[in-house]
This record gives sequence, structure tokens and C-alpha cells, in this order.
Amino acid sequence: MRLERRTGISLERRRQKKRKGYNNLAGYFFIMPWLFGFVMLMIIPMGMSLYLSFTRYNILSPPVWTGTSNFVNIFTDDPRFWQSLKVTFSYVVAAVPLRLIFALFLAVLFTQKRIMGNLYRTIYYIPSLIGGSVAVAVMWRQLFGVYGAFNSILLSWGILEDSFGWITHPSTALWSLIILAAWQFGSPMLIFLAGLKQIPNSLYESAAIDGANWGQTFTRITLPMLSPVIFFNVVMQTINNFMMFTQAYIITEGRPFDRTLVYILYLFQRGFSYNQMGYACALAWIMFIVIAAITAFIFKSSPYWVYYESKGG
Amino acid sequence: MKKLIPKKIMGSISYHGFVIVLGFIVFYPVLWLIASSLKGHAEIFQSAHSLIPSRLHFENYLEGWRGFGGITFGRFFSNSLYICGVGTLGQLVSASFAAYGFTRIKFLGRKLWFAVMIATLLLPAQVLRIPQYIFFNNLGWVDTYKPLIIPQVFAQPFFVFLIAQFIQGIPFELDEAATIDGCGKFSIFFRIILPNIIPALITSGIFSFYWSWNDFFTPLLYIQTVHKYPASLALQLFSDPSSVTNWGAQFAMSVLSLVPVFLIFLSFQRYLTEGISTTGLKS
Repeated sequence: MRLERRTGISLERRRQKKRKGYNNLAGYFFIMPWLFGFVMLMIIPMGMSLYLSFTRYNILSPPVWTGTSNFVNIFTDDPRFWQSLKVTFSYVVAAVPLRLIFALFLAVLFTQKRIMGNLYRTIYYIPSLIGGSVAVAVMWRQLFGVYGAFNSILLSWGILEDSFGWITHPSTALWSLIILAAWQFGSPMLIFLAGLKQIPNSLYESAAIDGANWGQTFTRITLPMLSPVIFFNVVMQTINNFMMFTQAYIITEGRPFDRTLVYILYLFQRGFSYNQMGYACALAWIMFIVIAAITAFIFKSSPYWVYYESKGG
Repeated sequence: MKKLIPKKIMGSISYHGFVIVLGFIVFYPVLWLIASSLKGHAEIFQSAHSLIPSRLHFENYLEGWRGFGGITFGRFFSNSLYICGVGTLGQLVSASFAAYGFTRIKFLGRKLWFAVMIATLLLPAQVLRIPQYIFFNNLGWVDTYKPLIIPQVFAQPFFVFLIAQFIQGIPFELDEAATIDGCGKFSIFFRIILPNIIPALITSGIFSFYWSWNDFFTPLLYIQTVHKYPASLALQLFSDPSSVTNWGAQFAMSVLSLVPVFLIFLSFQRYLTEGISTTGLKS
């Protein structure tokens, strides 16, 4: 009897062990496509670039160890680095809030149940659907060019007396890119819409009973209930906009006078136009640390403004 | 009561009026691009803001299609289609595999790897461009499609996450029942999970296709021979500083390059909007 029970237990254990082994095998088999890519396309390149950022390297000849000189040069002797950092920050600080405010405004507008609501939403979304493409960048360059439609409208309305080069003038060039970014409000708008739908109607009903006006309802109910979604959008949009490249490359090429030289464009120029791969790797690591710090800052700030229902008010 | 109805109608009129006027402004650039692709060369600049061409210049499309140096846009579009098609297919297979592994199999280190994957969601991809380039260059992959396709085949975390979210909605009892019936992890994946995640696969497929179709930076880095160019890169050839830009032709091909994007959007709109909303909400 005792013996039987013991073998019974050990049999069960053995079976469990076998199942565990099988699960481990199957699990790693299934996540292999991701794990392999993670190691080969992320960890190894990152390690390589960390090493190369301390070297002088032009791809053709082997890298030469130069210690911290890349970083020292970047911080002390590279005005274009500071310029690109400044441009990128100005761009992000203007583009992200503009895009998100516009997205939230439209989402609130479209939560109202109206006829043709779906059609409106579709039409408003389409520009964002195509926004990242080369076709739109090419179009934007013409739209705001000296002979573009924007000038043509302003001239015909008598607001402008002479054509103005919105894209080529130092004071407006970056704005032409910011407006393009704001125009791409579609994805955050849809995310806001889905978030707004999840706010329980009972909250609005009780607010109405209490006699709250529209502004009070919006600031006391809508915004706090939506804050996790706002948080998500802020994080994703900030990271995305720091990485802007195609638009600046096609529309302004960093001109005039580096006024639209966004960071990735500068990194691209250093790496591929000047063939300074070591220097470019150092630039990439600096950007990585800057973005990590900003993301961490947004996460750390979240307890002060993001409201999670489960924690209670 | 009499007073209430006109007020309601007034509100409705001002709502629709506002949305339509704003919508026109928002949509105007798209209409303008289409109109300009049908305008004559002089007209593009003279009456720049008008949306109605005085005469329809369909020859812009013919001229644009002719392409550069004997390589037509037919070639560029089929290049794009090849890159996007193979990449998207690989993406779907690998991402659904990984998503299933993370959500349904209890293996050693599962939580750790999942956390690592979520963390890489926040990693800006452009930071890796230079080291990846050096890596692919060492492999001799420059001027091939491999650097464009291979990274997609190894499951991007965004799609793993999206599909994993979806799999979590499938009741685990189905897996248990199948296990009792003698199914292994593989047949559970193919018989139970796969048929149930079709909507998530469609959503992921659309996103993957869009990103790959619109991607400009990656082909710009890797593709050097013109006949290997995807459409996104070929469009920029029109503005070669050494020759006079044929604006009409460039706009015409721009419009054409957006047609697949529109068609997919119109046929799968529901999947797209749901995909965007769920990835945004559930994290």
C-alpha cells in the first residue's frame, strides 16, 4: 500500500517533469522567431554600436579605437549636434500637443451619435492613413511651396501681397513640418474615441443631475477617466515624433540653415553622407539615452495626473 | 415643445456645418493632390489652389508610368508588392507563433521574456539603423531585399502584442478540452488558436503592409540599383535636381501609390479601427 502510493507519487512527478520539459521546449519553439530577431537584430547591433561609438569607423577600413573622443567632440565641438537637438525638441514640443489636442477635440465631437458620423470619421481619418508616405511629403512640399496652393489661396483672399516661401523661410520652415504632424491626428483620435466609449454613462447622468455644466463635466469626468489613454498617446507620440525623418528629408532636407535639421536626419548625414559610422553610433546612443530619460520622466510623472480607477480617487 | 424642436434642429445644423467645413479643410490636401495629378504643367502653378483642372491631363499618368531610363512604374510597384507581401506574410506567421507561445504555454522564463518584449516596444527603431546597417553590410546584404524583409520575418513586438491581446480573449477551456482529447501544443495552435485569431491577423496584416509600403528610410539605406527600387523610393526620383521635375507625372504616380492603401482601408476599415483602438486601450 505504502509502496504503491510512493510509486504513484513519483509517477505523477515524473509525468509533471516530462510535461514541464515539453512545455519549455514548445514555448521556446514558438517564441523563437521573436527571440532570434531580438538577439540578432537588436542585442547584437546594440552591442556593436556601443563598441563602435568609441571608435573611428568608415565601414571600408577596420574601426580604430579612439576612446571617448566621439562623445567629447559631440558635446564640445559640434554646433550642428546642439542645433539638431534644439530643432527636434522644438518640433516634438509643438507637434505632439497640437496633434493630441486636435485628436481629442475631434474624438469628443465624434462621440456624439449623429447621422453620417461614421462617414465623417472615415474622411477625417484618411489623411493620417496616407500621412507617412513619400507621396504626401512630395505633396506637402508643393502645397506650401512658393507657387503652392497655400500661397495661392492667401493671395486671392488678399491676406498676402507677395508669394512667401513657407518651406524655405527660416522662421516658418519648421512650422510647415509641425503642421504636417498635427494633420496626422487619426490614430490618436481613434484611440481617444475608443477610450471615450468606455467611460460609463452613469457618471455623466449623475453629473447632469448635480447640474454640472459642459466644462465641469469635461474637466471633472472626461479628462480624469480618459487620462490613462492620454498617457498612452503622449508616450507613443513623443517617441514617434523624436524619430521623424522622411518628412524632413524630402520636404526641407534640413534647410534653411539647419532650421529643420531633426536629429535622425543629422545622424543619417553623419553616417551615410560623411561616412562617419563611429560618430553616428555615438549620436544614436545619445538619442537613445535622451528618449529613455524622457520616457522615464513621463512614466514617473504619471501618478500626478493619470487616474486609475482601481486605485480609487 | 415648439421652442425645443427648432433649437434641436439648429444644433444639428451647426454641428454638421462645422464638421463639414472643418472636414473640407482637413481633406483639402488629398483632393488637391488628385486634382494636381490631372493638371497641365503650367496650371499646377498658375491656379495652384483650384480643385478643378481646366482640362483633364490623363497623359500625366502615362508619362509617370514610363518611369526612368526604361524602367516603368510597373516594375517599381511590383517591387513594392513583393517586399510588402513576403514581409507581411512572414510577419504574420512569426508574430502569431510568438503570441501563442507567450500566452498559452507555461515555459521557463516566459514572464521575463514577455516583459523584455514589451520594453522593446518603446525602443525607438531608428536608433538601431546604423548598427543594423553595419551588420547587414558585413553579411553582404546591401542592395538586396533581405534587410527590408528579414527584420519583418522575425516578429516585431507590436504585432506579437496585438495578437497576444487577442488570444487572451479566447477561452482557455478550449485548450484544456483539446489537451484531454490528446492534442499537443502544435495541434492546439493550428486547430484552435489559428482559426480564432483571423481578425487579429487581418489587422496586423494591414498595419504591416502599410508600414512596409510607405517605408522610405529602409530602402533609402539599402537599395542602390534603380530597377530594384520600391515605389516609395522611385517617387523621389522625379525630383532629381539634375533634371526638370515633371510635377504632373510625380503627382500622378503619388496618387497611384496611394490607391492600394485606400482600397485596403475601404475593404477592411472595421479591422483597422478596431486594431488601433484595442492596442491603445489594453496596455
